[in-house]
Amino acid sequence: MTQTFQERSSTSQDDVLAGSYNRTKSLKKRRRWGEMFIQVVLFTSGLISILTTVGIAYELGKESLNFFTRQMWEQTNKTLQSSIDADQTEFDAGTSGFTLNPGDVIRVGDEAMEIQSVSQGVVSVERGAQDTAISSHPRGTEIFTSRRVSLVEFFTGTKWNPQIGQFGILPLLTSTLIVSTIAMLVSLPLGLSIAIYLSEYATDRARRLIKPVLEILSGIPTVVYGYFALTFMTPLLRAILGRDVVEVYNMASGGIVVGILIIPMVSSMSEDALSAVPRSLREAAYGMGATKLETALRVIVPAATSGIVAAFIVAVSRAIGETMIVALSVGAGPNFTFNPFRPAETMTGHIVRISGGDISYDSIDYNSIFAIGLFLFFVTLTLNIISQQVVKRFREVYE
Amino acid sequence: MKNIFQENGKGQGTFDTNLAARHRRGKFGEIVFRASTTIGIIALIVLILNIINSAFGYVAIENQIPPEDLAINGITIEKLHKTDLVYILKQNVSQGGGGLIRRFESEMTWEDRPREEVYDLVVERVVEPTVVDTWSLYDSLFNKDKIQAEMAADWPKATLEFESWLDYKFLVTPQSPDPEIAGVRTAILGSLWTIAITILFAFPLGVSAAIYLEEYAGDHFINRIIQTNINNLAGVPSIIYGMLGLAILVRTLEPITSGAAFGITDPTTANGRTILSAGVTLGLLVLPLIIINAQEAIKAVPNSLRQASYGMGATRWQTVWNHVLPNALPGILTGAILSISRAIGETAPLVVVGASTFITFDPNSPFSKFTTLPIQIWQWTARPQDEYRNIAAAAILVLLFLLLTLNAVAVILRNRYRKENI
Repeated sequence: MTQTFQERSSTSQDDVLAGSYNRTKSLKKRRRWGEMFIQVVLFTSGLISILTTVGIAYELGKESLNFFTRQMWEQTNKTLQSSIDADQTEFDAGTSGFTLNPGDVIRVGDEAMEIQSVSQGVVSVERGAQDTAISSHPRGTEIFTSRRVSLVEFFTGTKWNPQIGQFGILPLLTSTLIVSTIAMLVSLPLGLSIAIYLSEYATDRARRLIKPVLEILSGIPTVVYGYFALTFMTPLLRAILGRDVVEVYNMASGGIVVGILIIPMVSSMSEDALSAVPRSLREAAYGMGATKLETALRVIVPAATSGIVAAFIVAVSRAIGETMIVALSVGAGPNFTFNPFRPAETMTGHIVRISGGDISYDSIDYNSIFAIGLFLFFVTLTLNIISQQVVKRFREVYE
Repeated sequence: MKNIFQENGKGQGTFDTNLAARHRRGKFGEIVFRASTTIGIIALIVLILNIINSAFGYVAIENQIPPEDLAINGITIEKLHKTDLVYILKQNVSQGGGGLIRRFESEMTWEDRPREEVYDLVVERVVEPTVVDTWSLYDSLFNKDKIQAEMAADWPKATLEFESWLDYKFLVTPQSPDPEIAGVRTAILGSLWTIAITILFAFPLGVSAAIYLEEYAGDHFINRIIQTNINNLAGVPSIIYGMLGLAILVRTLEPITSGAAFGITDPTTANGRTILSAGVTLGLLVLPLIIINAQEAIKAVPNSLRQASYGMGATRWQTVWNHVLPNALPGILTGAILSISRAIGETAPLVVVGASTFITFDPNSPFSKFTTLPIQIWQWTARPQDEYRNIAAAAILVLLFLLLTLNAVAVILRNRYRKENI
């Protein structure tokens, strides 16, 4: 539609209005450089969003790659049994401590060496590996072995402490999942009930009153919810369940408050889905003698399933990415536990704690939070895409 | 569609004729739905009350030296002459080596200093009132007997005062390690600077992108990718944006974000962890929201306006600039304000970008170090002492007031817009 108008408007009408009838008029579309320039500027603005995504993917990917290819030197409890010169390729490393294998890269002083063969503590090496300078080393110099973080270790290790070479994301992952599960247990029933109430039961006046309240609830900054979790929910849980059961920092209070935070999101998205169900379905159900509850639960909710499921998935993604509540109330140290009343640290909480203050670039901490960030980004992005697909594919369209 | 008459748990094809039971279940369902909604509203009320509860209440104040002991010849310090006050100050403060007195003198001579200021110094440095215990507003209002009993038992020398942690002084004094005199001035200024950068960055870009997508973009795969991408970006956790800001703005673009490229060398070197980095990071964060909201507003402009404009021979940009934008503007502004208020409350990305943990000077350029209100709240909440909880609550009230004002503006805009169009 607009295209036709665009073409029509681009013919030289100015000339016609100016009264130059006798001149032969070109009906060819004139190039308008100003218009084209503006279009390019606008298009570039649109591209910024692509650049943001590319930037996120590139930086997270790059630093994660650094994380997984980073060479870490670990103690072998071995020392040189005799001093070695620059041209010596065999030395005695003793038989105690860590077992060295051919192919390993070791470090003696500042020099890296690649092991060719090992027999009874005598190690034959290729000197000056990885472009390090070859030099002589005195007796008693410590030998370090190199190690990289493997994906298997990353996803199956149960301890996370980069400073001492423990890189298992499981403690961060389990606490994230526990907090999110608690959050969903709170927000799903409540959010859906509110949605059903608003779309099926509430009078216009009640709706006008309740919806802004929920909007306010969703507009409150998360750090305020964090304060709420720490100063209200935790003392409440401790008062109800006992101070020896619930610790000061615990996953339960964080999870409940994250749940409260996402109630408005679940309820408003579900309500949109419920309201979109055509009136005729309700009337048909009533006409068959169904009660209001039967209509709501057996006709309207099933008809709106795609929208409700999408809302749930988005809510899960939001709960996983939620940061300040967990940073304040869940704890400050990775902890592999399934007890919701004990402290732990989620992925987001860990990133915030590590990056607060001056984190130095290229340190193991810096690289490791990007690896966690990449994982987080991947999980939330996947959930969001799934939710969009659910809406697209399973939406029931009514005439 | 499932048949409601076949699913009553009594097997297929049967018809639940027990109307009373069905109605009872219906009634019960309604109660559950109502209760859920009430719980949601109660959660909000409790949240607000919990904050107010901490922001006001009785405090027990104990003086280092009781003011009565400082009285000279029976004249209390409130009425003493300035020279006597200076004398008291010198007598009592000089124990610390006299450095403080010399600092006061170098700031302003005693002759030039007004009496009130000297009096304040005496109170602050000599009397040194310190808060030794605090109570919540609820206890202060309803359990005053209990408070007085606790006072008598624990702090016999202290006096009980009603303290509003949120007051004018709290707004205008900078950050301090001492919670009793700490304020949010630095944090408010930091928030305003950051948000100004965010608006300057995200608003023009967001609106341009929305115009492109709604008015120019055809059904081309690049445009579809842009649209999908924007929708996905809106769901990325905010902390990821913080990491983007840290990696690109703070680290890679350090010469620009630290101001070095413009010849500005801040003595308090912020290494790219500046207001500029923070503002742009938040800008990237709210950009998808601004775009989506602006798109909705532009979509809502009736097509007849565009057609009329084209019919008059206007070019596409003339149509957009003269007809579409003016009509969509209130909607665009409403959406932008709501997005910006989200940015004001964001904490996590700024922590990652590198907000300062403690600064007492006002930010004065985009290349200054910064702290913001939410950051301040976060740091104060994370400390175990009660007084920090109190000032955190007061700071939350400031933040909520700021957000409420912004949202009110958005609502007013929306209403005015509606009226004009009907």
